[in-house]
Amino acid sequence: MTSPQSTDVLVIGSGFGGSIAAYHLAAGGAKVTVLERGPWLESEDFEHDFKLGSSYTRAFDFVVGDGMSVLSGNCVGGGSVVYFASLPRAPRFVFDRRGSIGRRMWPASVSRDTLEPWYDRVAEAIPVVQQSWDDVTYAGGLWAAACDHAGRTANPLPVGLDKKACVNCNWMMAGCRFDAKKSLLTNYLPAAVAHGARILPLHEVQRISRTDTGGYRVHFDTIDEEDYRIRTGSGEIDAKIVVLAAGAGATPVILQRSEPVLGTMPHAVGRYFSGNGERLNTAYLNEDRIAEVLGLSRGDGLAYEANQIGRGPTVASWDRLDGSLPEYSRYSLEQLYFPPGLGTILAQIPNADGGPSWFGPKKKELLARWRSWLTIFTMSEDDNEGVFGPPPAAGNAHRISQQMLGRGALRYDPTANTRHGWAESDREVKEILERDGLAEVMPWTNDLVGAYTVHPLASCRIGDDPATSALDDRHELRGHPGIFVTDSSAVPGALTVNPAMTIAALAERSVPAIVAAARERGVKVTYGAPAPDGSTSGRRGVRPLVPLIARD
Amino acid sequence: MEQHSSAPEWDRTPTLEAYADTILPGRARGPGDRAVAGVSQSPGSVEAGAVELLEWDATGMTQGLGDLARLLNDHTGAYADEHGLVLDTEVDPFVALSFEHRTALVRRLTAPEHPEKEFWVLLALFCNMAYDSAAHLHTAEAMAAGHPGLAAMGISQPDEDGLWRFDQHSYGRPLARLHPDTTPSGSPA
Repeated sequence: MTSPQSTDVLVIGSGFGGSIAAYHLAAGGAKVTVLERGPWLESEDFEHDFKLGSSYTRAFDFVVGDGMSVLSGNCVGGGSVVYFASLPRAPRFVFDRRGSIGRRMWPASVSRDTLEPWYDRVAEAIPVVQQSWDDVTYAGGLWAAACDHAGRTANPLPVGLDKKACVNCNWMMAGCRFDAKKSLLTNYLPAAVAHGARILPLHEVQRISRTDTGGYRVHFDTIDEEDYRIRTGSGEIDAKIVVLAAGAGATPVILQRSEPVLGTMPHAVGRYFSGNGERLNTAYLNEDRIAEVLGLSRGDGLAYEANQIGRGPTVASWDRLDGSLPEYSRYSLEQLYFPPGLGTILAQIPNADGGPSWFGPKKKELLARWRSWLTIFTMSEDDNEGVFGPPPAAGNAHRISQQMLGRGALRYDPTANTRHGWAESDREVKEILERDGLAEVMPWTNDLVGAYTVHPLASCRIGDDPATSALDDRHELRGHPGIFVTDSSAVPGALTVNPAMTIAALAERSVPAIVAAARERGVKVTYGAPAPDGSTSGRRGVRPLVPLIARD
Repeated sequence: MEQHSSAPEWDRTPTLEAYADTILPGRARGPGDRAVAGVSQSPGSVEAGAVELLEWDATGMTQGLGDLARLLNDHTGAYADEHGLVLDTEVDPFVALSFEHRTALVRRLTAPEHPEKEFWVLLALFCNMAYDSAAHLHTAEAMAAGHPGLAAMGISQPDEDGLWRFDQHSYGRPLARLHPDTTPSGSPA
């Protein structure tokens, strides 16, 4: 038996939480190793192909739970490789949410104001750009026009995108072939590697134990690159500091599995999961009415028929992001694209007349109108009602297919509060898009795979109250010093907008504390790296907040 | 699921085809076609390749398909008894059902309260994917071959290198007022 390898900082997961920590710690001088369960795909690997085994199924995971199914990244770069790069900041009221615990759920030290400099750091690093109406796709433009017609406002979304390089292929979920999407593969990760970070793909962490010297030992399996059901080996790496960033669907599972050897976990590990209050509606458009009522024309005789064209969401309506409204009635309504397969089976038939709502001859007729579909995405306030059951034998799910599809232990029974937000948003989408015969609108069914989310959150969250938060406000796991959680599971609750910007800002904010903990354990590391491209204005902005900056 | 060894010669394909045809129905492939009920004028899930996809081990479904098909026929027997139906014994029980009865049984099996729902939904998911994304074929090749599902949905042909690009993508003009509380970074306040 060989002795375990060792590193200063072991990072589990290479999405926003893992990559940002890995970059800063490596740039600051620490020896950093990143374990990523998925493959390391690069631009030329990103295919336009629905065949099982293509990048589309290799790069992300679909885990079916009891009442909630979770879509998440499964590759180096994590969610950033498969996401749509929409990067709005969370509205101010979100940080004052009380949620299911009846008092403010965020730590006192975190508000929109205190997070703003960290948002700025991320905006510089990605970088985040604003879209003009010339950039907005047909689908986004249609949604904007319909909102306007109904007396609402609508905004082009801030994005992490090279607009000139984008060809509007709508294959973002399979990774960007054209390097237009500014995923972590284009900023934090190459910078981390340049500073010596070692990234090991197809290494799936199973559990964490302690070493005799006060550090941690991380136990992993290696995974076959084609059939993720096959484990090809196992190993261990010792570290002084562990940064856990496996995603909200996996981070708590690793901690649950580690509990017998690490000791009691905080109560909130694997509890308070939020699906970001997500909900989808599909509008089946009447092309003639789109032309007549909204006056839209593509210039080629078509009013729309553009479901296939674009780059995910480009426009959102934020009228309901009003802090004076009661909690559970605030949400954003965002135009979205979902590819066929996942994006079609849950779409329901309007006027099913007592027949099946999601299959059969009428569904086939609806698919024939697929070019005239418009998907509207609700992000609302749920009640953090998700709870993880006992962990599966390995990984975060029992894998069914060679890639992508698995069965997990998450249970989610939506409360009346959550259902209220969904129902209000369903009504509003219908009101906007059925006005004057523009479309027929139906929500996706929750009867098949439960509710669903592409933005899992809060399963190991920060907070001030040890009873309802697993992490302190520095992202350190309560009772387990030296373990930090920096991913979406640390976010306390639903954000009512796309969460990547907030996940990334919190990860940036957590780094000085991780650096301090590493230094306490004898690691020669300093805080104060510029943005991955060398820009320094973000660093200047956070300087007053970081007494630990030692390199400048 | 365990494999039954007692009937190794039994062909599960017609039962699976009948299930796929219930999800996205197609035209009959010929006068003797019993599995495809023929309630549609155009190709459905079966012609799109549902059985090819299901029989590909990458789905994780293949090993259990025989048991699922048998279970479906067992459920059909109970359903037929309940409704006083006398089934033609020349074909498998589910194949012998009319399209309306197949639909009613699939609705029952995929309803939230059914204990086996997960398996029947998975089976439906792959039947759906065979049609709307041809997950058993390289998409560019499926498009070139005129895959019936992708063609029916109106998916455009990719460029010669198998990649999609759209030169025109925008109406190119302001189409709504911006939210009054938008911050300089373009975010909600």
